[in-house]
Amino acid sequence: MADKTVYRSATENPFHICMPLGGIMPFKGIEGCMILVHGAQGCSTYMRRLLTEHYSESLEIGSTCLNEKGTIYGGEKNLKQGLENIRKVYNPKVIGVLTTCLSETIGDDVERFAEEYLADNDCGDLKIVTVPTPGYGGTQAEGFYVTARRILAKLTQPAPKHEKINLIVSHITPADIREIKRILDLMEVAYTLFPDYEETLDGMYRDEYYKIVPGGTALAEIEKMSGAAATIEMGLTVDPEHSPGQLLLDQYEVPLHRVPIPVGIENCDQFFRVVAKVTGKKIPEQIDKERRRLLDAMIDSHKYNAEGRSAIYGEPEMVYATTKLCLENGIQPVVVACGRGGNKLTALLAAEMEDCLEDVLVLSESDLADIRGISAMKNANVAIGHSKGHYLTEKAGLPLVRMGLPIIDRVGGQRLLSVGYDGTIQFLDRITNTLLENKQRTYRTQMYEKYYKGQRKNITLVKNSAN
Amino acid sequence: MKTNRLPQEAPKIFIEERKRSVLVKGGDNAAALNCDEDSLAGSVSQRACVYCGARVVLNPITDAVHLVHGPVGCASFTMDIRGSLSSGTELYRNSFSTDLSEEDVIFGGEKKLAAAIDLLVARHHPKVVFVYSTCIIGVIGDDLQAVCKAASQRNNVDVIAVESSGFMGNKAAGYRAACNVLLKAMEPQDGSLVKSKPKAINFFGEFNVAGERWIVHNYLEQMGVELNVVLTGDARYEDLKRTTHAALNIVQCAGSMNYLANKMQELYDIPFIQISFVGVGDTVDTLRKIAEALADPDITAKTEALIERELAGITPALEQYRKRLTGKKAAVYVGGGFKAISLIRQFKELGIEIVVIGTQTGMKEEYQRMATLVNDGTVILDDTNPAELTGFMMELQADLLVGGTKERGIAYKIGRGFIDHNHARQHALIGFEGAINFAKEVADTICSPVWKYIPQIGGEKHG
Ligand code: SF4
Ligand code: SF4
Repeated sequence: MADKTVYRSATENPFHICMPLGGIMPFKGIEGCMILVHGAQGCSTYMRRLLTEHYSESLEIGSTCLNEKGTIYGGEKNLKQGLENIRKVYNPKVIGVLTTCLSETIGDDVERFAEEYLADNDCGDLKIVTVPTPGYGGTQAEGFYVTARRILAKLTQPAPKHEKINLIVSHITPADIREIKRILDLMEVAYTLFPDYEETLDGMYRDEYYKIVPGGTALAEIEKMSGAAATIEMGLTVDPEHSPGQLLLDQYEVPLHRVPIPVGIENCDQFFRVVAKVTGKKIPEQIDKERRRLLDAMIDSHKYNAEGRSAIYGEPEMVYATTKLCLENGIQPVVVACGRGGNKLTALLAAEMEDCLEDVLVLSESDLADIRGISAMKNANVAIGHSKGHYLTEKAGLPLVRMGLPIIDRVGGQRLLSVGYDGTIQFLDRITNTLLENKQRTYRTQMYEKYYKGQRKNITLVKNSAN
Repeated sequence: MKTNRLPQEAPKIFIEERKRSVLVKGGDNAAALNCDEDSLAGSVSQRACVYCGARVVLNPITDAVHLVHGPVGCASFTMDIRGSLSSGTELYRNSFSTDLSEEDVIFGGEKKLAAAIDLLVARHHPKVVFVYSTCIIGVIGDDLQAVCKAASQRNNVDVIAVESSGFMGNKAAGYRAACNVLLKAMEPQDGSLVKSKPKAINFFGEFNVAGERWIVHNYLEQMGVELNVVLTGDARYEDLKRTTHAALNIVQCAGSMNYLANKMQELYDIPFIQISFVGVGDTVDTLRKIAEALADPDITAKTEALIERELAGITPALEQYRKRLTGKKAAVYVGGGFKAISLIRQFKELGIEIVVIGTQTGMKEEYQRMATLVNDGTVILDDTNPAELTGFMMELQADLLVGGTKERGIAYKIGRGFIDHNHARQHALIGFEGAINFAKEVADTICSPVWKYIPQIGGEKHG
């Protein structure tokens, strides 16, 4: 145990990133929003670089460019100037301000600066949502929920009760969001999906140039989320203090139903059960067909999957869903890991793993060097996580099924579909096929090395002596 | 087409203060361009930070542990994102961080840093440990120098603090921080200078992206010139100590390394020349400049032979590309001035006119040079942003943009081609083979069949 503390003094090839990065997606998920990162120039540039590669979109995010002066005397001037310039160039409806390690450490009162700015200038309907997101305070997973919650805290107004439900998504892909919408439409559910970055982060080619890409949850809808019949929130691993749904419950008494990300048969079943129960809608035949197709696929692949030994890493919520998918299909997880902040995951998975024949290592704090070590020790044959795991492939020959964010060494990270029965089939196929491909690539040499002990030579020798 | 539109009339600049950082050739005095200043808050600058600059320069040193002291993000973002290649160890490709947490920020990170160094030295046996400071280190007041010194003595290995707190300037300040580290590392140990080798040169500002150092090395060998030390592509820590043995320094990425070359001239009396291997014309000039500087008839003869051989090899292919590309228009937005200047000539070689050109951290003289090389009507901009870049590209009908990773989306969003001129590339862009790769890449993007299906934005023709 002592060794473990020493060990964590250095992180070797981290796979978690920092809080403000996670805050970008919720802001991209609301209508007419521009983002301003309050800190030194580098943080926002790095985030833009990474997200540009992942989403193949131009991510326009401002920085307050804190310099020496700002750091010593406070960043008030930079922040206000930043707001002003963003407003001039982009004329947004909302400006989302994310803080960073630097601005938090110097103790800027960002919320006050923002209020003063609004009071001192003729800004019309402009809203400013500030979010404290020091990078050292958490990973992008926390950043995502904390920001989503702040947006609701700021923009939701008391509203009369209405029939719609709130559907709060976790950090899933734009394609996943599209699938959730399709499902809800198919069920004829009236809903507000938040945060909706389906079109803003997986844009279509447009004939006109928009400085702020259209899309995102409408502000008028967000205002009325307080009057919804219920909230369904994806997020079992989320701290209630970070949960947007919890806020709606506490502040407006909107009943809250927490569900996992609907990946895997059990999670999907649970999702549909909850949606049906909350809305009183029936599960349509189409969905039932999709479910049966998933069952068929699970049978088709179960023997291949039985050979799978997976190393799963990433953000807690998706790691949880992916681990369940593996368990349901007979793929043995050998290590399940979060970079930081995976405390809840351990407890959640303990129940799921009761039937497991093998111990599964669940790490709430780890890095890729850990995963590499454990994978080798426990003979993992597939890794599931984002593209930083190419290190595992390159250094240890472990094939990688790309999942999560960032995916910067392959195209289409934003289009990966994994939710719902259909999405689950696709995700499962990606895993199974990786196992198959790996076997195809290696089994001839493996068998040769295992069983061939030079028998051929003996035969030749006999022949030679006979001649 | 000659638009002689002054920036004052241009609707593409939305922030008053930015107008001083944009000019139009033919309309404005190039000397008036504002550059080398802090970015404007809220202007969506494409620049990076001091730490980034320092890391770019030192990262290619292969047998080092590069430890980022700070919160994890700064390190995760920079994990293995550069294409510098190694002929040996791959230690440099790992990302090490002290992953500071909230408590560390409150109570200080010195202990954690010391423990991290001890652990990493024990685990990886590096030849040197570079410890980079990030923004908050400057604020929480960790004494980096003291921790590094003590750790160095304890572990009997060089541990070097890189003063790269991100808010102390921009990328250029990081270059300087890295150069100071390099200067220190090359100091002759016993105080006496080893006599320089008359035919040996150092190559500065070359990071061995996609093996570019090796390409140049091959040329030099054929010329009879010895390549002494490269800073820092495929360099090992031991190499640095030989840096002062060369007769000449050649400097490619001037933004990052001119400072170092100047210092070496001052301290060790080693002259330097600015060169560029970007494009055929510049490559030929550079090889001749080296031969001239070394003033050896044998080298001169071999150099001419090499140039003749190489040109004969690539000219037919280049001619083909030129035919397909003549008349196209390009926009360029890159990190430093040297690359921008070279690209003007390289595009001319392909029959392409530059209509927009700018850099993140170019210097006054570099902008003046650019202004003399481009046609009237070309927009020149410093530290620009997506809104401006997009506006000018549409107005001046650029067919493609040359930039780094962040700029890719800007071009694609408005349906234009794109060339990655960054450090993450997986193909070489320098020397004769690089010129062919470049021409191919330009043709691949401009002449792609996909544009046939892409409607034009706002009715402007750009295909
Ligand atoms: S904190 Fe500083 S060093 Fe780190 S990325 Fe941001 S600007 Fe760069
Ligand atoms: S960890 Fe902190 S300082 Fe580093 S990039 Fe993230 S927010 Fe910026």
